[in-house]
Amino acid sequence: MQFMLLFSRQGKLRLQKWYVPLSDKEKKKITRELVQTVLARKPKMCSFLEWRDLKIVYKRYASLYFCCAIEDQDNELITLEIIHRYVELLDKYFGSVCELDIIFNFEKAYFILDEFLLGGEAQETSKKNVLKAIEQADLLQELNAFNVN
Amino acid sequence: MALKIVKGSIDRMFDKNLQDLVRGIRNHKEDEAKYISTCIDEIKQELKQDNIAVKANAVCKLTYLQMLGYDVSWAAFNIVEVMSSSKFTYKRIGYLAASQCFHESTDVIMLTTNQIRKDLSSPNQYDTGVALTGLSCFVTPDLARDLANDIMTLMSHTKPYIRKKAVLIMYKVFLKYPESLRPAFPRLKEKLEDPDPGVQSAAVNVICELARRNPKNYLSLAPLFFKLMTSSTNNWVLIKIIKLFGALTPLEPRLGKKLIEPLTNLIHRKIHIFSSHKMLCSQSHLIVSLSRIAVLISLSSGMPNHSASIQVMKYLGLLAMSKILKTHPKSVQSHKDLILQCLDDKDESIRLRALDLLYGMVSKKNLMEIVKKLMLHVDKAEGTTYRDELLTKIIDICSQSNYQYITNFEWYISILVELTRLEGTRHGHLIASQMLDVAIRVRAIRVFAVAQMATLLDNAHLLTGNMQRMGICEVLYAAAWICGEFSEHLENPMQTLEAMLRPKVATLPGHIQAVYVQNAAKLFATVLKNQEGNTDSTAAQETSQLMIDRLPLFVQSANLEVQERASCILQLVKYIQKLQQKDVEVAEEVCALFAGELNPVAPKAQKKVPVPEGLDLDAWINEPPSESESEDEQPKAIFAKEEPKHSRPRHTEVDEKELARRREARKQEQANNPFYIKASPSSQKAYQEAPGVEHIPVVQIDLSVPLKVPGLPMSDQYVKLEEERRQKERADKKKKEKKKRKEKRSGRGRKHDSGPESEEDITPAHMVDIVTEEMPEVHRSCLNITMNLKGNARTNMISAKKSSKHKKKKQKKEKEEKEKKKKKKHHHHHHHSDGGGEESVQNGTVEEEEPLPVSVYDIQGNLQDGSQVVVSVIFENKCDSFLKSMEFNVLDSLNSKLQRPEGSGPHDGLTVPFQLPPGVSNEARFVFTVQSIVMPQKLKGTLTFIVKDSSTHEKLDFKLHFTCTSYLITTPCYSDAFAKLLESGDLKCSSVRLEGVIMPFHHLLARICFHHHFSVVERIDSCASMYSRSIQGHHVCLLVKTSGQTVSIDAKCDEPTLLGNVLDEIKQTFSQC
Repeated sequence: MQFMLLFSRQGKLRLQKWYVPLSDKEKKKITRELVQTVLARKPKMCSFLEWRDLKIVYKRYASLYFCCAIEDQDNELITLEIIHRYVELLDKYFGSVCELDIIFNFEKAYFILDEFLLGGEAQETSKKNVLKAIEQADLLQELNAFNVN
Repeated sequence: MALKIVKGSIDRMFDKNLQDLVRGIRNHKEDEAKYISTCIDEIKQELKQDNIAVKANAVCKLTYLQMLGYDVSWAAFNIVEVMSSSKFTYKRIGYLAASQCFHESTDVIMLTTNQIRKDLSSPNQYDTGVALTGLSCFVTPDLARDLANDIMTLMSHTKPYIRKKAVLIMYKVFLKYPESLRPAFPRLKEKLEDPDPGVQSAAVNVICELARRNPKNYLSLAPLFFKLMTSSTNNWVLIKIIKLFGALTPLEPRLGKKLIEPLTNLIHRKIHIFSSHKMLCSQSHLIVSLSRIAVLISLSSGMPNHSASIQVMKYLGLLAMSKILKTHPKSVQSHKDLILQCLDDKDESIRLRALDLLYGMVSKKNLMEIVKKLMLHVDKAEGTTYRDELLTKIIDICSQSNYQYITNFEWYISILVELTRLEGTRHGHLIASQMLDVAIRVRAIRVFAVAQMATLLDNAHLLTGNMQRMGICEVLYAAAWICGEFSEHLENPMQTLEAMLRPKVATLPGHIQAVYVQNAAKLFATVLKNQEGNTDSTAAQETSQLMIDRLPLFVQSANLEVQERASCILQLVKYIQKLQQKDVEVAEEVCALFAGELNPVAPKAQKKVPVPEGLDLDAWINEPPSESESEDEQPKAIFAKEEPKHSRPRHTEVDEKELARRREARKQEQANNPFYIKASPSSQKAYQEAPGVEHIPVVQIDLSVPLKVPGLPMSDQYVKLEEERRQKERADKKKKEKKKRKEKRSGRGRKHDSGPESEEDITPAHMVDIVTEEMPEVHRSCLNITMNLKGNARTNMISAKKSSKHKKKKQKKEKEEKEKKKKKKHHHHHHHSDGGGEESVQNGTVEEEEPLPVSVYDIQGNLQDGSQVVVSVIFENKCDSFLKSMEFNVLDSLNSKLQRPEGSGPHDGLTVPFQLPPGVSNEARFVFTVQSIVMPQKLKGTLTFIVKDSSTHEKLDFKLHFTCTSYLITTPCYSDAFAKLLESGDLKCSSVRLEGVIMPFHHLLARICFHHHFSVVERIDSCASMYSRSIQGHHVCLLVKTSGQTVSIDAKCDEPTLLGNVLDEIKQTFSQC
């Protein structure tokens, strides 16, 4: 996977994760272009589109679009599955997640993503393990905070 | 001090945290930018404080702002500070910020090396975890080099949490620092059998990705993965493994066969339990016969309604089909209607996929219909990308295999002209090159093409009207050239000449103007010639005056080429005018300037020019630059042709080990040379920017009036015409059939049986010019061979007798005059065009029962399908009678079978789809399926035909000789890959000695390359390594050494029988000379 973007129906970026090194300018350009293209598609179209030399796999959950860019030889369906798994993880962690959860706790959303994917590859396929790791890291963080005060 | 701490925490209470920032931004929708700039000022203040908690909070906010698109690169150093905090809370935020904001050119990354190293070895697994996660996003080649060892150690960490992250990040490290792959690989392999499933799947992931880039090196892991595939229950892992096999099977065909069973099991199991389609997609990457299953599934579930998940299936089904199309074109072709239906889909992704498939769908019969459909889409299409895609596809489809499917070139030209009306296309040059190609190669079309091009030139203002259409003005280049070069066909050359000299032309790009100027001169010559025929000499003078008036515009051009041509021609015309004023007839001479025909030359034509006798292309022209002193004690010995033995035997000692050693040394040298760009298999894939044109926002202009160029015929007319023509033909045929039945014998022409209209019945309205026979190397890889069969009188007589007996017809009269008939057969090797991908070619030689007098042939080809072979035969009628009802039949062997249409028996012959008037030749193609390619074989066959005058059946026997060599495909091989192949130890060895070979070594090599389809991997003096591959993927390696007149060939191949036969054939080649 080359990158993952989360954006709202209004075209506001909610989360971005890049697994290829690009300059900020390029990232912005790509984001703008993709958000436009994906939003222009009708709901009953398939989840894939070819864009430059990449394939874009996207899926809409409520008002949020989850959008991944993969290489030509990569498997589209497993990417859809990754998106779905990530949504499930967010849902479990926040307890029926909504867009606001991701906006206000965006660093948590990143931490979950980082436990699930690493360098663009799925690192942990077990939901339980991912959540366990996150919980323990959170616990550690709270302990730290406690010590400071 | 205490005060400072208190002050710090009070400040903190007043600081905004992330939530406040987000809320604030949401509350300031109108003046967001202003609000954020005050926030950034606050953040800058916060960053100046010593309190790490404040800093971390600031960095967290910055990360959010970065996502919104604000530049935060100025805070890079503060991010590093937060990263290096000892508290996990802040470290976590720091690493997150770094992973979001840093990229390869961030200079503070250098400062992080030691901090990351410290974190990697932290006793707290979560510290290590965040460091690894962060590193995966911003690893640079330097970081990769410095930290590779640390990460490698972590791969054997006690905690699976760390192990799995370390394994995954190794992939990134390999990409940035390929040298680390070798030392890390054993450990990576070990992780494939890790007790923790997470680590195991990480290792599978990494190896799968690596193998995709360079599958060869991972073949040895196939058994291990095979075990994993049959035992693993983790679907994520399974998909990766299947993908890996997808990369490996092309290299090792045996693997494919082995995989069929477990894969089918998997599909059946998963289809019900697991969300099924996931698997299918990966399987489509496989080149095994699984394909059929995929087709079935994709279609059965693909069509009926339109919900999103059905669309997903449809897309994947089409994707799978395009993979299958390469190997099993037939099975996809049967779904033509469905695919055409998909072209109408609302979803662009699906339409694009369907377009890809069309390429394999067309035939002579349906080409017009399909293209017509596509043209409709072109009109409807919104969005330039899709329209451009359509345009290229139309041209691809029409021009494939040397215009094989085009029966009417007038139609094609009209299509091209219609395409020029597209707005904003980038493919003007593509259309232009097609126009040129067709006009040059199809002689019969020139009159029509010239007329069309003249209209185009006349209406040039429509094409160049607005700036958006600049891409299309490339076609004017073609139009001008065609009108100039073939100006003799122009109806009204004067008008065209004027069109070409309009002042507006000066706004065109320089290279087009240059062509205009040059071709205006050609036209001028034609016009003069016409006008001088008339009595009125003033007309000719007026034309000259026109040129003299208009050309100065071009002389002032900023483009050098235009300027040069224009001033040259201007001077010429002035001179002509002077002569005209003296009443001198100049037209003849002016025409002579442009006399002669320009013929197309294939890019590879140079290869066919024989090297002149005595010219040694490898010899030095001047003294070679002196190399290292150890190279040769007597550098002049290289030239001493009288005593070649001195230098040669010394080098024959070079064996494979030596070669490998040298290679190693060279690699070493390259590795140490900072200026040498390494071609590492895993070289990082730079992010490619598509050409900028795409990103220019294109405003759609709503044109109420269709952009039609007046006076141009519509291609649709041709579709109708063609239909009418076919209908008429069909009707004719029926009439004749009736007549035939009545008279028992048809009087004229038709030889076809009644029945459904077959592909071959569609007679092309225009044939591509014979000139093109030299051209096809662009499209097909083929080489033809001539093989003269002096099918002499005796054979004919014998066969004639046989056949008359056989047919039990009336006693055959011996017709002496017919004995003159000779058959000359040529063998062509064709790229099997339907295959879409590379297909094979086979050479066969046709032999008569009589010993073969001459048989010179050669084959070149590539093929991925290891089972199909196409034999093309040219039939030439050398007698003076009309030949008809030709049937070609070959006695199938167990191994090789002639492919016959469905429904015909195994002994039926194939009708040759044409008849031959005296002195005419034509070519027919026959497809054979071959199972084993390790043995050469001869197939016996017969050709029966009726000589019209006598109306008796005659028979000609022949043999098709499929040599082992003909199954080899010239495949280039790099020396390092070659070395690896030899080292792999899978290959069997064999050798052969040739005595008394008197030819220079490079001739010898060239001969092996030419006749046996090898390519030279490396040559060192009198020793060379060569490589070739069979259509079924066997590797054949040769080491050829020569000393004196003895040539020894050591060969290795994974198939000993094949090797033996190939060596025999090589030996035979040299025994004949």
